[in-house]
Amino acid sequence: MGDFLAQHGMELLVKTWEQLYISGISLGLGILVAVPLGVILTRFPRTAKVVIAIASMLQTVPSLALLALMIPLFGIGRVPAIVALFIYSLLPILRNTYIGMEDVSPVLKDSAKGMGMTAGQSIVQVELPMAMPVIMAGIRLSAVYVIAWATLASYIGAGGLGDLIFSGLNLFQPALIIGGTIPVTLLALVVDWLLGKLEKRLTPRTSRKEA
Amino acid sequence: MTTEQKPGPIVQYQDVNKVYRGGNVAVEHITLTIDQGDFVCLIGTSGSGKTTTMRMINRMLEPTGGTILFKGQDIHKQDPVALRRHIGYVIQNIGLMPHMTLYENITLVPKLLKWPEEKRRAKAEELIKMVDLPVDYLDRYPAELSGGQQQRIGVIRALAANQDLILMDEPFGALDPITRESLQDLVKNLQQKLGKTVVFVTHDMDEALKLATKIVVMDGGHIIQTATPTELLQHPATPFVRELIGEERLIQARADVTTVGAIMLKNPVSITPGKSLVEAIQLMRDRRVDTLLVVDDNGYLKGFIDIESLTRQYAKSTAVADIMQKKLFYVQESALLRDSVDRILKRGLKYVPVVDQDNKLKGIVTRAALVDMVYDTIWGDNADHDAQAPATDAEPQAGGDQNG
Ligand SMILES: Nc1ncnc2c1ncn2[C@@H]1O[C@H](COP(=O)(O)OP(=O)(O)OP(=O)(O)O)[C@@H](O)[C@H]1O
Ligand SMILES: [Mg+2]
Repeated sequence: MGDFLAQHGMELLVKTWEQLYISGISLGLGILVAVPLGVILTRFPRTAKVVIAIASMLQTVPSLALLALMIPLFGIGRVPAIVALFIYSLLPILRNTYIGMEDVSPVLKDSAKGMGMTAGQSIVQVELPMAMPVIMAGIRLSAVYVIAWATLASYIGAGGLGDLIFSGLNLFQPALIIGGTIPVTLLALVVDWLLGKLEKRLTPRTSRKEA
Repeated sequence: MTTEQKPGPIVQYQDVNKVYRGGNVAVEHITLTIDQGDFVCLIGTSGSGKTTTMRMINRMLEPTGGTILFKGQDIHKQDPVALRRHIGYVIQNIGLMPHMTLYENITLVPKLLKWPEEKRRAKAEELIKMVDLPVDYLDRYPAELSGGQQQRIGVIRALAANQDLILMDEPFGALDPITRESLQDLVKNLQQKLGKTVVFVTHDMDEALKLATKIVVMDGGHIIQTATPTELLQHPATPFVRELIGEERLIQARADVTTVGAIMLKNPVSITPGKSLVEAIQLMRDRRVDTLLVVDDNGYLKGFIDIESLTRQYAKSTAVADIMQKKLFYVQESALLRDSVDRILKRGLKYVPVVDQDNKLKGIVTRAALVDMVYDTIWGDNADHDAQAPATDAEPQAGGDQNG
């Protein structure tokens, strides 16, 4: 263990950072696109069905295949990896945003509108806060997927902890495989935990007592 | 703060229709004027179009025909968002925002209207005191309140921006009877004190009778009758309205709205002062009565004679006028039974003569008829329920001709 860290410690840090970087950007883009899209789709229920179906289909494309498909479009390196992971992150966020917004009590929406909120005010001040736990659940799910799958991004030269794992496989060095896998798992757990904290902060209080 | 009380229409429906997509006709030919300070209750069976009618006022629904004026202006030409901020809105399921404190809930519309913080705070404190909740409740969240308390907040939230018109759709439907009554009192008080106009949807006739200054009865998307509670009880326009009011309430209300004339027996036995005592005795025996009312030739009530004085004075006197007792208790034909029944019963008289405003004898009210009335009022519901009698069978047995 000590030996391993002495030998690969620096590399481990760099690769972890790369993994985080690729996942973070993909997830960030996913949130930026999927949350607003999910909100907009609640206004067009018929389109929503089609869009969510398409996103579900994309989700079923095997991850290695999707990454490979990116190469003719974006070459190799980080960009195609980020695009592929971004596509994967969309569905859980989109679906949860849509469901979360749809599930906001019609009574509250009616009340907000009836008191004279504009559609935008109702979304920002009422519907999004109420839907926040569901939306955040989608984001957390996406985050875990994206971090795990970012490992495969090494395959198209995007770097990350996958580099360690693939070298381990090629060189028959189980230490490298384990040394690459554990940080991925830890990363996923830590990010999920942090997002959990964020979810608590973003979920509006409905009582004076701390939940 | 009372808004300027110019009485006059605040809402006018002019031949308004609403057809939902798919051709479902929700309301048709709604023409209705709501005056400032009115407390209008829309009542009717489920699906009769009450909610639809109400929600067109603040453009939560758009009419498919006709015009609605708010303070004289066609609402169709106004910005719906601005319009809604000037009309209070209370719905059955309360609709308080669970993620906002009571303060934030109450001042939601003032905030949308960009009132400064101090003004909002002052308003919230003023309002929460009005509903007898402590000011420090303002920091609480709705989930920390009982249903009744929440709806109190729902009510004052609708007043927070000094709206003149408040719309309420079955606001107390989900509350227990005691809480509901106290909220009804609250709303009625606030409405009168602040001079607000309220449009209130309910299917509870007691609620409508208690609160409304004007009741609008709806059925199948049409207005069947618009009347004050008293008028409605007195003259239900159709059998449907009668049924909606319920026989029980009609009977209970009868003492309130029935005149003495309505239950009196017409053609009472009477005699003129010039007649002889022999004739008087003859008449009493024929009609099997022990007193005779005395009227002059023009029908004016003059007094009465009874069998005791008649037998006592028979030897000395000859004419009815000689033994007639002038002091007698009588009631006006137009007097309300409510006001007369106690006096009549307390005197222990077997009957009381009824006169018109000129003091002409019109009939009598017998003690028996009054007693029947009173029993109907107290026990009428028990007696009538099982029978499922059609509306007309439950007329009072007093025999008088009931003006319906
Ligand atoms: N969104 C809608 N689309 C189609 N039809 C509707 C819609 N809302 C109401 N209706 C129909 O319009 C009619 C009137 O409905 P409305 O809700 O105004 O009745 P209501 O008197 O308020 O009834 P309730 O006492 O049940 O609340 C009903 O026949 C109802 O089915
Ligand atoms: Mg309704």
